[in-house]
Amino acid sequence: MTSLSETLSDSVVITKRNLIKVKRVPDLIVFATLSPIMFVVLFRYVFGGAIGGLPPGISYAEFLLPGIFAQTVVFGSTITGASIADDLQKGLIDRFRSLPMSRSAVLVGRTVADAGLNVISIAVMALTGLLVGWRINSSLGEAIGGFLVLLVFAYAISWLMAMVGLLVRTPEVVQNASFIVIFPITFIANTFVPLETFPAVLRTFAEWNPVSSVTLAARELFGNVPPGYPEPEAWSLQNPVLYTLLWTALILAVFVPVSVRLYKRTASR
Amino acid sequence: MSNAILVEELQKRFGSNTALAGVDLAVPEGSVLGLLGPNGAGKTTVVRILTTLLQPDAGRAEVAGIDVLREPDRVRSLIGLTGQYAAVDEYLTGFENLEMVGRLYRLGKRESRERAGELLERFDLADAANRPAKTYSGGMRRRLDIAASLIARPRVLFLDEPTTGLDPRSRLGMWEFIADLAGGGTTILLTTQYLEEADRLADGMVVIDRGRVIARGTADELKAQVGGQRLEFAVTDAGALPAMVELLRPLAVDEPHVDEQARRLSIPVSGGAEVLAEALRRLDGHTADIFDVGLRRPDLDDVFLALTGHAAEDDPAAADKTPAEPVPVGGTR
Repeated sequence: MTSLSETLSDSVVITKRNLIKVKRVPDLIVFATLSPIMFVVLFRYVFGGAIGGLPPGISYAEFLLPGIFAQTVVFGSTITGASIADDLQKGLIDRFRSLPMSRSAVLVGRTVADAGLNVISIAVMALTGLLVGWRINSSLGEAIGGFLVLLVFAYAISWLMAMVGLLVRTPEVVQNASFIVIFPITFIANTFVPLETFPAVLRTFAEWNPVSSVTLAARELFGNVPPGYPEPEAWSLQNPVLYTLLWTALILAVFVPVSVRLYKRTASR
Repeated sequence: MSNAILVEELQKRFGSNTALAGVDLAVPEGSVLGLLGPNGAGKTTVVRILTTLLQPDAGRAEVAGIDVLREPDRVRSLIGLTGQYAAVDEYLTGFENLEMVGRLYRLGKRESRERAGELLERFDLADAANRPAKTYSGGMRRRLDIAASLIARPRVLFLDEPTTGLDPRSRLGMWEFIADLAGGGTTILLTTQYLEEADRLADGMVVIDRGRVIARGTADELKAQVGGQRLEFAVTDAGALPAMVELLRPLAVDEPHVDEQARRLSIPVSGGAEVLAEALRRLDGHTADIFDVGLRRPDLDDVFLALTGHAAEDDPAAADKTPAEPVPVGGTR
């Protein structure tokens, strides 16, 4: 068995390896940040004027940005699956598994590096947001909390995607499959429009969708919910931070052990 | 001399497909074993089990005296593996790749860097050390891959088809590196479908087909088993082959082998130059089609053909003959 400190040092080696790729392939960063910038600008200026139902005292930019953050970091996490599938295909996972290294380090190093990518894209989006009228109206501590909730939730999704990558084994398929699942999940939520306009069934789904709770948690922590905004009816949205953290814990509790177990037995074909 | 690799009655099934149907191997310390067989014979499965990547269904496997199933972690720190595909990170430089693997073998930062430098030098990669592996040629990637598996000075090295896909020049270079390693005392298990490769590099050979050992011994022992000589013709027109076979059949001591695609004919014969002279006399009138004639000792391709009923590089699924029974060859077990 490997000790905790060995697992940590192996994970650092793997994280470093993954971040070197980000440095060598700047396209990764460019595309990881370009599409959120595009979303910010498109929604802000194309839909912004048409989307109604917002309470007085809040601009669409303030409503929108936390939603874009949530969608982008969740999508950012899907890269974990594609990268693991790529490593499997290229035989790198075989090599790692034949080394006397920790059995979880490859996955820890991968998910941590991808969280790092998410930090970069959130920073770029926040700057773009400030340019188009988004503001943080809360304390520094709350604002940091808002970013952390987003990143921690996305980190959990990374572990789910690690499992998908180990099962699906083809990077392109992982990419497309996750798009089909994640795109609607990030749209049937309060990310871009207020839930009040949704038809009943969709609305219930959206209320309990953790993407809604993480978005609302960020909105509250950034001070983007004006005073007097009606209290949501669903418990999940009355306690968005708690509900999001519960989901995060649940996803990690299930998918960390499942992914590590899969990793131990997986092999390229 | 003790065995660096010991495998007994190893079995593995994938669904309804039997990959290994009871394989035994013994590789004495410091020697090179060539594990031969066509695609799908089970060579890679043996390597995967020995390198802890795969669990067998039954049987025993030991590497350097350690049980692979009970103490995989200890085995991992004593072995090096080079798989069929060059498992290098293409975005890392050659140096970074080696340093990373060194760190994961727990060599420590300084030693990892020193070893990386040494190995890049030894594998003619020093000039490319600081270029991402993406820019390497196929041969360079393979060399980097082997260098990575050597970084912790493994006692036992597994090379799974190390030259598949390489051009002839890189292949020759790779053979020199492997021969060099073997000369340094590393125990090597080498799988290959190239019989010439095993002939050049291996001390002992084990031939497997469809998950069974069908022969073992040294190259000479295997060749002696087939015996006799081969009379070979290459022709310009494959249409001439059937008639030639009929004319020469009386000289054959075993079934002639016709390869229409390569327009070649190989006939097992006994005797020397007089058989060749007799054959040419019989072929009088067909000589216009012949552009190459030769008499040679059997090579390992002939061994394979004789043992399995199909050529080494055939797709085993395409061969409908039943596998030959294991043939003891007074080998190295």
